[in-house]
Amino acid sequence: MDNISTTIKTLVKKHGKKRESLLPVLQGIIKQENFLSEYAMVLVATELDISAAEVYGTASFYSFMNHKKGGKYIIRICKTITCSMKGKIQVLQAIEDMLKIKVGDTTPDGLFTLLETNCLGWCHKAPAMLINDEVYTSLTPERVREILSEYLTKNK
Amino acid sequence: MESYHLKRIDFIFKNENDWKDVLSRALASDKQLILNELMESELKGRGGAGFPTGLKWKLTADEKSDEKHIICNADEGEPGTFKDREILTQVPFKVLVGMAICGYVIGALKGFIYLRGEYTFLMPELEKAIKEFEYYCKEINFKFSIKIFLGSGAYICGEETALFESMEGKRGEPRNKPPFPTKNGYLGKPTVVNNVETLAHTYTIFKYGAKQFYDLGVQYSRGTKLFSVSGDTPKAGIYELELGMTLEQFVDDFGDGDTKAVQVGGASGFLVPRKLFSQTIIGFKGKLEGHSLPTGGSMMLFNSSRSMFNVLSNYLYFFHEESCGQCTPCRVGCQVLLNGINEVKKGERSTLYLDKLLQLTETMKQTAKCGLGQSVANSFSSIVENFKEEMIY
Amino acid sequence: MGKNISITINGKKIEVPQGTTILEAAEKATFHIPTLCYHKDLCVAGNCRVCVVEQVGNQRLLASCATPAEENMNIITNSLKVRNARRHIIQLLLAEHKSDCTKCYKNGNCELQKIAADLRILDQEFTELKTWKAFTVDKHSPSIIKDDSKCIRCQRCVRTCAELQGVNALSVSGKGSKMHISTFMEKSMVDVVCTNCGQCVNHCPTGALVEKNYIEEVWMALADPEKHVVVQTAPAVRVGLGEEMGAKPGTRVTGKMVSALKQLGFDAVLDTDFTADLTIMEEGTELLNRLKMFLANGDKNVKLPLLTSCSPGWIKYLEHMYPEQLDNLSTCKSPQQMFGALAKTYYANAKKIDPESIVSVSIMPCTAKKFEAERPEMHDSGYRDVDYVLTTRELAIMIKQAGIELLQLEDSKYDSLMGDSTGAGVIFGATGGVMEAALRTAYEIVTGREVPFKNLNIEPVRGIEGVRSASVIIENALPGWDFLNGVELKCAIAHGLVNAKNIMDKVKAGEADFHFIEIMACPGGCLGGGGQPIPTNPEIRRKRTEAIYEEDEQMTIRKSHENPEVLKIYKDYLKEPLGEKSHHLLHTKYTPRDRY
Repeated sequence: MDNISTTIKTLVKKHGKKRESLLPVLQGIIKQENFLSEYAMVLVATELDISAAEVYGTASFYSFMNHKKGGKYIIRICKTITCSMKGKIQVLQAIEDMLKIKVGDTTPDGLFTLLETNCLGWCHKAPAMLINDEVYTSLTPERVREILSEYLTKNK
Repeated sequence: MESYHLKRIDFIFKNENDWKDVLSRALASDKQLILNELMESELKGRGGAGFPTGLKWKLTADEKSDEKHIICNADEGEPGTFKDREILTQVPFKVLVGMAICGYVIGALKGFIYLRGEYTFLMPELEKAIKEFEYYCKEINFKFSIKIFLGSGAYICGEETALFESMEGKRGEPRNKPPFPTKNGYLGKPTVVNNVETLAHTYTIFKYGAKQFYDLGVQYSRGTKLFSVSGDTPKAGIYELELGMTLEQFVDDFGDGDTKAVQVGGASGFLVPRKLFSQTIIGFKGKLEGHSLPTGGSMMLFNSSRSMFNVLSNYLYFFHEESCGQCTPCRVGCQVLLNGINEVKKGERSTLYLDKLLQLTETMKQTAKCGLGQSVANSFSSIVENFKEEMIY
Repeated sequence: MGKNISITINGKKIEVPQGTTILEAAEKATFHIPTLCYHKDLCVAGNCRVCVVEQVGNQRLLASCATPAEENMNIITNSLKVRNARRHIIQLLLAEHKSDCTKCYKNGNCELQKIAADLRILDQEFTELKTWKAFTVDKHSPSIIKDDSKCIRCQRCVRTCAELQGVNALSVSGKGSKMHISTFMEKSMVDVVCTNCGQCVNHCPTGALVEKNYIEEVWMALADPEKHVVVQTAPAVRVGLGEEMGAKPGTRVTGKMVSALKQLGFDAVLDTDFTADLTIMEEGTELLNRLKMFLANGDKNVKLPLLTSCSPGWIKYLEHMYPEQLDNLSTCKSPQQMFGALAKTYYANAKKIDPESIVSVSIMPCTAKKFEAERPEMHDSGYRDVDYVLTTRELAIMIKQAGIELLQLEDSKYDSLMGDSTGAGVIFGATGGVMEAALRTAYEIVTGREVPFKNLNIEPVRGIEGVRSASVIIENALPGWDFLNGVELKCAIAHGLVNAKNIMDKVKAGEADFHFIEIMACPGGCLGGGGQPIPTNPEIRRKRTEAIYEEDEQMTIRKSHENPEVLKIYKDYLKEPLGEKSHHLLHTKYTPRDRY
């Protein structure tokens, strides 16, 4: 059995075969794979005895459930009002310049995907971003360069 | 020294190490007495809608069912709101106790915390707290368990019926109401959904009694409320304040001296321009004088350097993405509004088009399936009506 | 339960049972409220919001389809507020929708167009969004065209695919402005679990889901003097076609339809009922053979229950969902395909026509038949057995195009060869009909007596319940069939694929104690098929069912094995059921497919 089917079997065993388990199972896959492949969705559909279209339809509702392969680190920068007011554009520019990608893209080395997202709930410390589940607040172009440098060093 | 204009209150974040006593005491008392206490406090839901909490518990308690649920709504997605995260970080036990007491009163053995995906990093600590909490419940022979259900990035799941759908493994699309959750909620069973802050307030009420809570605030808007303050303010952060203040009092305290307008209640709330600060009261509907605005606690301040067109455009962008998309007025309406203000701004449509769009928001308010679509009208009309020139030039 | 509620609608006070929606109450009070996402076959969605009404004293308007009537409610269905809101909602839908009505296949039969026309929406109040530009039309399926630019997101198709058919090939995906109806990973309909049943097409209010039409191809064939164009008509068409011409549901137009087809220029107008009867001979024999091997020879490897194979939507469903049960499926082709194979062999021989010049057209209540005709294995005549499949709706379009007043026509008779039918063939169009026809014949073969039901009407297999079962005890069997003496022949019937799932799960688990199961993909059987007139709903299906059984009762011959042309074809050509020729022309095999 391949890696992903083992993961899915384990997840289904943990959360159960009911429809209520769909989100936790998909979240578990994303935690490991960083995205939902077509193959993974078919496996989940088989395990939970629902149609693949339903799995896809449900997943596509949630903005954290990518079905396109992304980088190891998914950067989600908040684009809602307070972050926009507090310099999100400059921060985003700094990220784009440094990683040489635009919003929606993944770096060629597969390390980073850059996305925008809606309010992260850190308006008092705007601008804010997530890198996977990790939060970074009160961002400035300098600070975001430091943060990304750390990730780059970690993955040298 | 900073000068305060408004009294700071410290109930919610006050560190209290007696949660076990509060829980045990409640579990030893009569359910009806707990309900009475809650109703006497006149606590209303702190998520924004302001439904009386005691009544919600009572309606659910009165339902006959083999299974009931209590869900803590921690899908804090309203732009400008960040208080729930802080409650769950600092005083998680107050929330857990509130859930357990609710479970006891309504007859639910299972509680869920619907935690937004953006707050995944809270999981480890929260799970630790739940473990300790459940351990104590076992110790005192109280059958109650709590599970965290993680969201995955969908604002609409904060709407309670969308939240049920999401927990049931489906797209977070709001349901038709009636039936209401108190009758037909998660998995079709009677369910109480309370905001994180609401549950934390119940802790205060059960510990100190309804009177202390009731004595604060004003008629129809009793007690205190957490405010998430952000935008053009030197004091961005979370504050517990008495309900019933005027927006003028608030701006005197939190403004930067150049406050042009305040968005009360997040993107789905209202924008209040300076000229209306003094007559706007922060509280629930039913206040006799002036305009009374409910809020989930989001207070965003804008100074004169901000373009209200950009603010509105940002909100509408948010809504057109975060609408679940199932009902026509919300799905298409949000897109038409967003395009419309841009068309007017670019001169592709005459300014009269704004009036047509205002009429459209009226229809959205009357016909949208859930609160999201209904409340787009709030920010749209309050911004367009008060800052029309900024929409055009 | 049973409590009545009093509600006032537009000043008219009426009593309705508790649980009645405002929409239903209004209908009872004879007030029409326009709807789009609402359909009587489906659960309430309440998402288009077209049906909003005003409750006096309530700021918000109520979606009448989704709101239960409450005691003393005072409702106005046509206030200024309601009209303004309704106009807005239609205008919004028009802003989103690709409104190229004159170039749309559904032009004239579109619910959105109808409401827009009723409201006289004359200008585009809101700037068109043109979001539809992001969509491409999916034309890859031989049966169904999916054009998202025409979609109004009412989700009727999604609910149909889930609730009626249990297939869930269609789902809602994306959210907000990106919300749309899609298949798994936006694949083409031809690459997913779609059974081609066309129920989504039948339930779609606009032109977003339509049948792939072959009208022009058929016109071309008719215009070609070198071609001999034969047409077969399925049993359910004759009880549906009239509706397209304005007749009341349940109007039988068999003879008029034959006249119309002749006027259209078909060289021979023949009847699928003939091959329905032939199916009974073949499938009945197959059933008796399997029973014999199982009961008399004790062969435990015999696959029982035997499953009927007339419904191509059902077959594809089985291939996807229960590929391990394919051996239970009768090897008989559907009547359409039997007809096709015989048209270019037996018929061509008898009529001395070069099969190459024959164009074989079929008129079906079904969109899955289009896919079936395209199956690679359906070339047993040496040619493509059935060239073009038209739905009832497409035939209606042709008749209208030709300026034929169908309802004014005199009746005509089917041509011969392959034009004779029996009541047994006719009832193939209704759920339970194949079972009834099979029992009429099999019982008589085995016992030499007619089935023991009054007037040959086997009432227990008829009805509208999704799953039904019945049994016949066999006594005093003829010599050679003694092993059946005392055997209770157990049958089950399911229609609508969601019910097929019910029964198949039991078959799979070995819990279904049946010998023979009839399954039809569509609710009501073929008369409720995906190619039938729109609308189709429970009431209309009931009317068409009554018409089918009326047609049966009026036939002089009502048993398949008494069809003179059936007797003739065995004598002259096929020799015997399941014989070598039959095996070659009338039977087929199936393809296991992926479930996802």
